[in-house]
Amino acid sequence: MEITKLTALQTAAAIRQKTLTAPEALEASLEAIGATGEAVNAYITVCAGQARERAQQVQAKIEAGVLTSPLAGVPVAVKDNICTKGVRTTCASKILGDFTPFYNATVIERLEAAGAVIIGKCNMDEFAMGSTSETSYYGPTKNPWDLSRVPGGSSGGAAAAVAALQAPIALGSDTGGSIRQPASYCGVTGFKPTYGTVSRYGLIAYASSLDQIGPIARDADDCAAMMDVIRGKDDRDGTSLTVDQGSLLDAVRATESLKGMRVALPAQCFEREGLDGRVADAVRTTAGIMEELGAQVQTVDLDFLDYVIPAYYIIAAAEASSNLSRFDGVKYGMRAEEYGDLTDLYKKTRSEGFGDEVKKRILLGTFVLSSGYYDAYYRKALQVKAIIKERFDRLFERFDLILTPTAPATAPILGESLADPLKMYLSDIFTVSVNIAGLPGISIPCGFDGAGMPIGAQMIGQRLQEATVLGAAHAVQRLTDYHTRTPEVKA
Amino acid sequence: MNWEIVMGLEVHVELATKTKIFCSCTTQFGGAPNTHCCPVCTGMPGTLPVLNRKVLEYAVKAGVALGCEITRYNKFDRKNYFYPDLPKAYQISQLYLPFARDGAVEIACAPGLTKTIRIHEIHMEEDAGKLVHSAYGEASFPDYNRCGVPLIEIVSEPDFRSAQEVLAYLAKLKSTFEYLGISDVKMEEGSMRADVNLSVRPAGSQALGTRTEMKNINSFKSIERAIAYESARQIEVIESGGSVIQETRRWDENKGKTFSMRSKEDAQDYRYFPEPDIPPIEISDEMLEKIRACQPEFADQKAARYVEEYGLSEADAKIIVASVRMASLFEDTVALCGNPKEVRYWLLGEVLYFINDRGMTLSDFRLDAQSFAAFVKIAASERINRRGAKKLFEAMIFADHPLDLEAYIRENDLEQVDDAQLIREAVRAVIAENPKTVEQYKNGVTKVAGFLVGQTIKRLSGKAKPETVNRIIAQELAKL
Repeated sequence: MEITKLTALQTAAAIRQKTLTAPEALEASLEAIGATGEAVNAYITVCAGQARERAQQVQAKIEAGVLTSPLAGVPVAVKDNICTKGVRTTCASKILGDFTPFYNATVIERLEAAGAVIIGKCNMDEFAMGSTSETSYYGPTKNPWDLSRVPGGSSGGAAAAVAALQAPIALGSDTGGSIRQPASYCGVTGFKPTYGTVSRYGLIAYASSLDQIGPIARDADDCAAMMDVIRGKDDRDGTSLTVDQGSLLDAVRATESLKGMRVALPAQCFEREGLDGRVADAVRTTAGIMEELGAQVQTVDLDFLDYVIPAYYIIAAAEASSNLSRFDGVKYGMRAEEYGDLTDLYKKTRSEGFGDEVKKRILLGTFVLSSGYYDAYYRKALQVKAIIKERFDRLFERFDLILTPTAPATAPILGESLADPLKMYLSDIFTVSVNIAGLPGISIPCGFDGAGMPIGAQMIGQRLQEATVLGAAHAVQRLTDYHTRTPEVKA
Repeated sequence: MNWEIVMGLEVHVELATKTKIFCSCTTQFGGAPNTHCCPVCTGMPGTLPVLNRKVLEYAVKAGVALGCEITRYNKFDRKNYFYPDLPKAYQISQLYLPFARDGAVEIACAPGLTKTIRIHEIHMEEDAGKLVHSAYGEASFPDYNRCGVPLIEIVSEPDFRSAQEVLAYLAKLKSTFEYLGISDVKMEEGSMRADVNLSVRPAGSQALGTRTEMKNINSFKSIERAIAYESARQIEVIESGGSVIQETRRWDENKGKTFSMRSKEDAQDYRYFPEPDIPPIEISDEMLEKIRACQPEFADQKAARYVEEYGLSEADAKIIVASVRMASLFEDTVALCGNPKEVRYWLLGEVLYFINDRGMTLSDFRLDAQSFAAFVKIAASERINRRGAKKLFEAMIFADHPLDLEAYIRENDLEQVDDAQLIREAVRAVIAENPKTVEQYKNGVTKVAGFLVGQTIKRLSGKAKPETVNRIIAQELAKL
């Protein structure tokens, strides 16, 4: 048995069947980190000590029959913007380099209650701002399929950890595509839930109205199992929703055919400048598979695509400029060594503590909220948001699912994107509208390009239709094997 | 030239909910620094605010009481600025949709003269913490206990023309919120704070002058002083050929002056935008109806009823209703003993004397409606005279334990003497002992009879029933 190649559900099943123990599963992941960790740089912090202790306790509880969750005993990697009690949480920023929360995010509490073992904290773009994981203060994460390429972002570390077999499953966060796009670049499955289905308590906010925590895993079933653990109303998050708490995993596993499912293929997502032909072909092939499974696929018009990137960057930057103001050197995190008065303390701390991309977005956000500009930018962006929501609602009157490429191209070479930020921003074109409308979306591997880099297909569902999205992904993955392929990491 | 002062008020009132507006920390005043806080109210990364529904209820109560239109679809906004007492670097407030608008408050600005002050809006927001400045060196220490204490800010229209009107308005707000039970309204503890926007203009002019905003005024007395100072300052500036600068000025209590804090040019851009962490809150018909139906009887209505129902004078009624506790003690006691005049007598005579004379408060006395009513029944009966009653009353209100009134009367022999024979003997003895006084009486100085009454009562250890003594003295003197 190659332990690290098991999915999360297979790992837990093996532990239940006593062919594997939780500590053994953990050690296998830790070994993989030992072997390829430095090359990939997927983790900022590996908490081996705490994890080993947890794995022992979890094993005892599983043996005692106290822990029966489908994920009990599974090692889980966590993006470093999700607060973990007693384990430092940096957001890949210098400014939070020494920040150790004394509270857990709700998702961590729920995972631990289900017997998961947190193995470490994953690298990311600083404060989740970026699409390549290169803006991390702790160095860029590399794509396990080709170490000269980026893993995508901002949850690049989490996606790379799963792809490099350094963890069977991970938690990421998605503000404009930050789960789906790196999942696509790394050949793994990443699910962004409906806004409000997973509590954001303990997720260090980038853009509060768009952020959502979700799983990155080997397949849709693992994502469903993780969702069963983490989703649901949380009294500590006013935006969290009461959702149907039946087992998503059962619903997803029961999806064998897509008979009667109406799938929309937006024409604008398949014919545009900068779109890689092989990406379009691979996603069309996926559409074909869905037809084989009984779905009716129809090309539709999605005319608002050109407006989503500007609207997204205005809303996200505005919220970020406010959310990141609390990092001022007064209460926690880094404080500049030398400063004069209070204003100087703020200036120096924030100048030294934040990286360029973060500063750029704070400036942009501050500008669009300034008096005299608010109406021209922020209010306008909110109007665009309302229109996008309405267009999706209309589309979902006729369709159950929308199928698009996750990203226009496969993973770029390290350094290319930061040199051309506008191009990088445009790589989010297919993913951001999903956040703007608060919809569930998944990226599944659907092929490889000529360079052997993975291609991802995105499926988008109507609000709260997680079962439809995950079910369709499950059905497609039953007929394909892209998600089972793993890279050989050249350490 | 005659000048007119024009003022508008921004009044912050802390709501007395048990817990803070966005977390479950206590709102209690004081406490060791940073002991009434949690990850949420100290703005730790990743934490989120969740609205305390009680705050909404209290706020709407205030809005309804001040005659406002209540906004049914409520949202919060973020007000962004950096300061160490504001841990998130933004204050959650309401800019675009304040929960209440267009209200009005009637104030008594002179005896028999009322005036309407219009309320522009009321919004909800969270309080900030405090900076404690070190007595040594230059260090400052943030105390986050007050962070997240719920506030409402009541913004008036510029309807005030004198300090008296401002004070009457503040007293009215204070009383209204006390009767609603939604705030402690203590200026000295900062649970009510007022910023005064003030400008002056030539009397008769309709145009508004340039205004300044005064902050940091911590008592009713300072408000009066600050208004007097600032209006005089502005008049002097204008009369000496200058012009008033629009700015925020800080009131310095010790120096009795206002000082410039920042001018309009330095005004911060707060970059308000809708708070994404708190979903919009709808106020239902049901909630609003319930609040409307549960509005208490306020001071003015109460006072009018006391005059009407209990025959109190307007002045007495006003004194009683000025304090919620005193009014409820008064009403409860009257309900139990049915003797409003007698209750008024003891409350306004004795209790108020101690309150005014010794700076005590109502809670310093052992005084509940039950025992007060029992006392009033005794005091109003023939069993005990005023002097005995006073002794009994003081014993009761200053007792360590609830006083057994009957036992006290027995032990201190307070039972009134109404034995005609006994009193007649005493009267005769007093007449015999005071020939000079008797002589005066005979010569027509009849008021000296009072002296003889006093002497008789004294002779009977203060227990004699004064009416009986009067009657017998009259009889005995007539015989002479």
